[in-house]
Amino acid sequence: MPTTPHDSSQSPPERRPLVAFAWLWVAAPLAYGLYELVQKATQLFTG
Amino acid sequence: MSPPVAPPGWSRWLVPPAALSVHLAIGQAYAWSVFKPPLESALHLDGTESALPFQLAIVMLGLSAAFGGTLVERNGPRWAMTVALVCFSSGFLISALGAQTEQYWLIVLGYGFVGGIGLGIGYISPVSTLIKWFPDRPGMATGIAIMGFGGGALIASPWSAQMLQSFGTDHSGIALAFLVHGLSYAVFMSLGVLLVRVPRTAQHAEGRRTGGQHADPGPGALTGVQVSARSAVRTPQFWCLWIVLCMNVTAGIGILEKAAPMITDFFADTSTPVSASAAAGFVALLSAANMTGRIGWSTTSDLIGRKNIYRVYLGVGALLYLLIVLFGDASKPLFVLCALVILSFYGGGFATVPAYLKDLFGTYEVGAIHGRLLTAWSTAGVLGPLIVNWIADHQKAAGKHGSSLYGLSFGVMIALLVVGFAANELIRPVHARHHIPAQRKGPDADDAARQQSESA
Repeated sequence: MPTTPHDSSQSPPERRPLVAFAWLWVAAPLAYGLYELVQKATQLFTG
Repeated sequence: MSPPVAPPGWSRWLVPPAALSVHLAIGQAYAWSVFKPPLESALHLDGTESALPFQLAIVMLGLSAAFGGTLVERNGPRWAMTVALVCFSSGFLISALGAQTEQYWLIVLGYGFVGGIGLGIGYISPVSTLIKWFPDRPGMATGIAIMGFGGGALIASPWSAQMLQSFGTDHSGIALAFLVHGLSYAVFMSLGVLLVRVPRTAQHAEGRRTGGQHADPGPGALTGVQVSARSAVRTPQFWCLWIVLCMNVTAGIGILEKAAPMITDFFADTSTPVSASAAAGFVALLSAANMTGRIGWSTTSDLIGRKNIYRVYLGVGALLYLLIVLFGDASKPLFVLCALVILSFYGGGFATVPAYLKDLFGTYEVGAIHGRLLTAWSTAGVLGPLIVNWIADHQKAAGKHGSSLYGLSFGVMIALLVVGFAANELIRPVHARHHIPAQRKGPDADDAARQQSESA
């Protein structure tokens, strides 16, 4: 069944673990970067 | 290499993380400054020399995006991401060799030249594909990817600093850090290479074969106005948009370039002076505004339209600069707020431009057109720091101090934003003589259908 904009907006059940893994792959380092950023940014108010 | 076509049931939500894995990696470029002090002491370099790899990388980014855009369109996102992975990672590996053998030219060649090609090809690699997967929300889709370029520095900056702390800041420690960077980024970017797919257009092809009147063209099909990259650069719309991007980026660099000394100078003569650590916090907040502006404003452009969002970036941006000039030294919260919003517009300008190009020129060769437009970024990257530093130095030499050091710079930024605003107002739909003829769309659709049948 070909993909259309409508039905591709929702992940088919068998793809959901892969979608979750892919987003986790990029979100984990980004969360680390944001955590470090917040630590530094608070110095504007406390430093 | 033929573009990898999505098999049936492929989720389009796999494409943004594929794009992010590339952009979060290549965004490391903006964290190069972490390596500067160790390189200067280990290899006896001055500040100008230690900046060379970064400067060459940015020049190569612009050149490879401009000249490699057509290849990226022809060979597809997987090819482009593979090239980006190989170039960016091997740039680090060559640099590791350079640091270990104390041959600085190898670091310039590796990180600057080879790595810079990876930056340019990697930057444009997912743009066209994302727009084709998300025709309903192109601003949001490209905003996610281009936000990654801003986020890359947030990750790399503390990560590289911690690595140098562990390995040491002598030439062997730097070499080891480069080696770990190269290998880690190769693994991280491989997700993008493995997951990226171009959307299917099978129903469109099916509809053409059967003469069906109600066939759904699918997300990858060419619909509406389409202009080739070669024709696009001959249109006034392209050059108006070039000016818009160049002016918007230059105005953002006006603050980014001297953020820390600027906030210190602005409040030096007040009862609430800003310490060095607070200034570092301000710089970090600007990075956050830059990143959130990329996703936030670009997504907003899907709702209010591309021309309107650039009216906001340029018009409101000019007013905010004016507010800083008039009242910036009277209120720290006002100064910080204005600077943050200006930086969010700077990021938004980068992220929204692919969707603007798609609106004007279609998706036919939007990646290649985007690559050519990025020469505006390279120009602004030279122009912005030059203006700000030159003016600040002359104001200092003239005996000025505090906020008056920046009055003239900000006046120039306002003028540039007004020029950009006017250029945006001049943008009209592209004349029909630049559109690709209908028969040229046909083989493309047939070709896509053939590729789909091969991979299905």
